[in-house]
Amino acid sequence: MTNEDKQTPSVNSRRKFLRNSVLATVAAAVGAKVVFASSMPEGYVPVVLQGDDPYKLFKKDKDLIVLNNKPWNLESQPHLLDDKVTPADKMFIRNNGLIPASIDEESWELVLDGEAVSSPKTYSLETLKRDFKHYTYQLTLECGGNGRSEFYPPASGNQWKTGAVSCASWTGVRLKDVLEDVGIRDNAVYIGYHSADTHLSGDPGKEPISRGVPITKALQEETLLAFEMNGEAIPIAHGYPLRLVAGGYPASASGKWLKRISVRDKVHDGTKMAAPSYRVPCKPVSPGDEVPDEEMCIIESMPVKSLITYPKSGAMIDLGDSLEIRGHAWAGELEVSELHVSIDFGATWQVCKLAPPVNRLAWQHFTTKVEFPQEGYYEVWARATDSNGESQPMVVPGWNPKGYLNNACHRIAVKVS
Amino acid sequence: MDQDIIKSLKGLFTMVVVLGVVVMVLLVGLVFLQQNPGVLVSKNEGEKENPPPLVTENLVKDGVHVATGLVAEKGYETVIANCTNCHAANLITQNRGNKEHWEKLIDWMQETQGLWDLGQNEEIIVDYLAAYYAPVQRGRRANLDEIEWYELEE
Repeated sequence: MTNEDKQTPSVNSRRKFLRNSVLATVAAAVGAKVVFASSMPEGYVPVVLQGDDPYKLFKKDKDLIVLNNKPWNLESQPHLLDDKVTPADKMFIRNNGLIPASIDEESWELVLDGEAVSSPKTYSLETLKRDFKHYTYQLTLECGGNGRSEFYPPASGNQWKTGAVSCASWTGVRLKDVLEDVGIRDNAVYIGYHSADTHLSGDPGKEPISRGVPITKALQEETLLAFEMNGEAIPIAHGYPLRLVAGGYPASASGKWLKRISVRDKVHDGTKMAAPSYRVPCKPVSPGDEVPDEEMCIIESMPVKSLITYPKSGAMIDLGDSLEIRGHAWAGELEVSELHVSIDFGATWQVCKLAPPVNRLAWQHFTTKVEFPQEGYYEVWARATDSNGESQPMVVPGWNPKGYLNNACHRIAVKVS
Repeated sequence: MDQDIIKSLKGLFTMVVVLGVVVMVLLVGLVFLQQNPGVLVSKNEGEKENPPPLVTENLVKDGVHVATGLVAEKGYETVIANCTNCHAANLITQNRGNKEHWEKLIDWMQETQGLWDLGQNEEIIVDYLAAYYAPVQRGRRANLDEIEWYELEE
């Protein structure tokens, strides 16, 4: 029996039953009738249901780690990220609020407003797709807090290890083309996004997150209003039906479920733009220091970093066998110029083959083969260097109150016998 | 007349036998049902996908509250009652901090996230968190841990 054979009417009616019961639960959960329920796409599960199995709900690989279920935060693992283009089922989820309870692509609109636009304008999603040229880029998105779990004293929040990074292929229209169509004034400094997710407290007056990027970043060729990821509609957990994608910046700048973009005449002052959110001390501080808000600076370009994606840590091999190493490296707004690996805790390094990025802001792939001199326990360390000559530190980098930007070298364990 | 009596007796005997068989079948059926209670429940796919929860809300196993993952020591119920309305318990269990750290976090939640005045519960909560979710010094880089060793096939 093939899969198609199983699509019998009884299965369909069961789906309908499940969908209806899901809708009833949603209605109870949000205390309101679900708007646009009739136009919900087939297979769309409203994700307001917080108790469900996240792997099924978001179609994720079982090896992703759930850090938080309210809001949903799922971490990937290095060996799951071996693909050159990150598939949806291996991509981390970092949410600040609750995924919108109902989404209707057909009536979805994007509002452009703010002090620095000539006059506010509203685009339907359909208009955006129809009237502007489409572009596709692979863009690296990394959570600003990726690697937070290694800081001491511990920083609050999701204790990410190394898996809050992805590089998918995004398709959309350029934000700069839309801004040009709207008409922006010379006093434009920053853009800020506003989205359809809801605050954890349920307070409709509070936004879970509303960040943005400097106008120069907004006007870059690769900054997209995206409606497709890897050639398909963006999965619900990643911002369906429309999201901002600003690769190379902390992924929090790439707002999901995008409803509005405000062109500001000052640095955007939305939720989580103020210190200490997504900011690090402007000057280096001692571990545990209290840093006044005015001495915290907004994170822009992410630092140079790399990840060994093959083999999975814990490989046991025979003495005399050479070991193939694969991985990716990225450097925020910059390019990675060199990648080295070490099997002796950094005493010596060997250079790896490093591919150029397929486009600006995409991660780069490295490969090499390593050989081991004798039996025993080894760690393979990878270290990327960016086009400014800066390398990844081997220890955890300078402490900061919120535990951002840990770009310490990644390493895997290998046993040779 | 004798013929009639014999006929009646035969009929009676047959009835007794039939009744006996019916009773036997019922008994066997009941015993079977007792051992297989699911047999009469209609197997509708929807129910199959939603089995009843295996753990109750209050189950504690190996010193851990199963539903939340919190260490089941003095104060954990107060933590559940006051903290997990707004965020998941794993936002607590994955974090570490001393008394001052947890106090500051509560202040922040009250100032910005709509957390209510905890009253006398604040001390219970902070003491619990500082005791069971205290920071651990691990140096500038901890050793790799939880390595799952496997034979690499090339």
